[in-house]
Amino acid sequence: MSKVLIKGGRVINPLNRVDDIRDVLIENGRIKKVDKGISVSADKVINADNLIVCPGLIDIHVHLREPGREDEETVETGTRAAVKGGFTTVACMPNTEPVADSAAVIEYIKEKARSNALARVLPIGALTKELKGEELSPMNELIEAGVIAFSNDGESVMDAEVMRRALEYSKMFDVPVIVHAEDKQLSVNGQINEGLYSTVLGLKGIPAAAEEVIIARDLILAKMTGAKIHFAHVSTRGSVELIRRAKEEGINVTCEVTPHHLTLTDAMIESYDSNYKVNPPLRSEIDVLALREGLKNGTIDAIASDHAPHALHEKEREFQFAPFGVIGLETTLPLVLTELVEARELSLLSLVEKLTINPAKILGLDLGTLSEGSAADITIIDNKAKVKVDINNFQSKSKNSPFHGWVLNGKVSCLIANGKVVVEDGNSIIPCKEGV
Amino acid sequence: MELKSKDLLGIKELSKEEIALILDQTKSFKEISTRTIKKVPALRGRTIINLFLEPSTRTRTSFELAAKRLSADVVNISGTTSAVAKGESLKDTAKTLEAMNADLVIIRHSASGAPHFLAKLLRCGVVNAGDGTHEHPTQALLDLFTINEKFNRLEGVKVAIIGDIAHSRVARSNILALNKMGASVILVGPPTLIPPEIEEMGCEISYDLDSVLPEADVVYALRIQLERQKESLFPSLREYTTLFGMNKRRAELLRKDSLIMHPGPMNRGIEITAEVADLPQSVVTNQVENGVAVRMALLYLLIGGGEVV
Repeated sequence: MSKVLIKGGRVINPLNRVDDIRDVLIENGRIKKVDKGISVSADKVINADNLIVCPGLIDIHVHLREPGREDEETVETGTRAAVKGGFTTVACMPNTEPVADSAAVIEYIKEKARSNALARVLPIGALTKELKGEELSPMNELIEAGVIAFSNDGESVMDAEVMRRALEYSKMFDVPVIVHAEDKQLSVNGQINEGLYSTVLGLKGIPAAAEEVIIARDLILAKMTGAKIHFAHVSTRGSVELIRRAKEEGINVTCEVTPHHLTLTDAMIESYDSNYKVNPPLRSEIDVLALREGLKNGTIDAIASDHAPHALHEKEREFQFAPFGVIGLETTLPLVLTELVEARELSLLSLVEKLTINPAKILGLDLGTLSEGSAADITIIDNKAKVKVDINNFQSKSKNSPFHGWVLNGKVSCLIANGKVVVEDGNSIIPCKEGV
Repeated sequence: MELKSKDLLGIKELSKEEIALILDQTKSFKEISTRTIKKVPALRGRTIINLFLEPSTRTRTSFELAAKRLSADVVNISGTTSAVAKGESLKDTAKTLEAMNADLVIIRHSASGAPHFLAKLLRCGVVNAGDGTHEHPTQALLDLFTINEKFNRLEGVKVAIIGDIAHSRVARSNILALNKMGASVILVGPPTLIPPEIEEMGCEISYDLDSVLPEADVVYALRIQLERQKESLFPSLREYTTLFGMNKRRAELLRKDSLIMHPGPMNRGIEITAEVADLPQSVVTNQVENGVAVRMALLYLLIGGGEVV
């Protein structure tokens, strides 16, 4: 009978629109009670005066690189980065080596999670075999092994017939198909957003149309099949507009945006620093404004990091030879707190919603809330603390972040994952032998 | 006056005054190449590395001659014979060159931005001899010198650049350079070879070559590469030549004192016919000759003593 009492924090629970000073009592790994002035003798009392207490954050788009590229990240280091950044749950993409297209690979990831993970790890299964976009993956086998969604990740399915059948077949399992929308022919050899900067820098452009063409196609296919579709990392004004109209029409669609697409533009690539090389590429100011507007008006449901670790020697290269991707688990929360909440573009309640209950709903998870009886996943945030981002202090094995040196507001003060205190006093991560 | 940077990465980084300084210095160096003994001791004891990781004859030779005429020691490294062919990274190549105490590294590379990457790693200077589809600053400088030599001004000169702008580092450097010096630029080619938003770099666009020619002081034809046809950028070389090739009929639309230029190597019969290439208005060989002088001036300003010869 272990009891933890969190006292005096500003509790934000988007599910029931609570934003008020409350105490939270945890008993046996579950939330027992959320109320004003709870007085009970607890085994541990956490003073949350002047701090924000919210459901544990959920990142539905990360790459943990295990199995295959353990030099870049592992389930252990990736989840260490997650809890440091405030995330109690991460959903990991299937582009591992081998690809997560069989129960064996899913079992392997889950076994690593059981023994080493500090956060919940929810594997996403491959939509097609080896992510080739040709044949359907064994979806039932993957569901039974525990995947919570299907995705072809960066390997956009170019064959519309395969995509149609994949969406149709997935309906049996009531999980979303997560789409990285990229027409591989329109984006061929592309390096950065197509526009003035691709012209000036002499780097092959990836037009906004490469994303929008696939979003339009897949919205039509989602409407036709009635499948649940979720678009990963939307990056253009046109994408937001297509999804807004589809939602109005009643199509079963959700989408996410990354912190880097909300805060950076292609103008920053002038130095040819490959830490700005991501896919989809950083777009223009107009797109950034449209993404922020989409978050505000609810077109964009969630914020996800697309945490993509890469080895230093692979990133430290000529721009066009470097791989796409940036890491984000340890910078997402302070970035959006600073750039959206401090800048008064989004309320704290809306922001927390897009990092907790909305991602939970997208994946059909019973998480992301502080409701009584739910799992005790709680993130306590000091949103006033100023932090200078330093890649050398990351828990992640990789350092490919464009935010090195940025001064941001917001720090995770304490994190409880499944009832266990995993982060305390800001920095110290408690080793957690048996996993979460 | 001196150049502000240890590197020449692109025209973008140069001021109008720096360009004028290089062109001015070029005048005094051009004469050296016409002497019987074509050598001065200005860079004696300096080591220059020609790191050419993409095939090149004229630019590499031009830099090599420029360095040798200033008495520098030159080492040529090419993509096929270097450790790069064995998979060495550009970072390690750079560190190796630095350890050998080179004074200047001249780099030609297929990747845009490679010289910028190198310049951040090296204490010694870096000169961009053409990077991907980004910039080719010394080509633009020699073109400016050639135009100025004929017209005795750059201000107000109208230059039409014709062809594959999208894949041309020569076009980008020339647009930047001509704008800085007060000349105007019009680009002519099919829409598939004109990259997006390039007007913002300071130029106009036309798809109709015949209407542009009577107004142009300079017609600058770019090399067209056959493989672009396979990328669906135009249907055939024949159609390209019909629409954008400089032929006799088109040359007659030009004013008598207008210049015809080409960065080489020319595809005779494609972007320019043999008879046009050999017209008196064609200054293609002057460009090559001036290339050596411009590069001498540049090397001297970057790693010379500083006092004007």
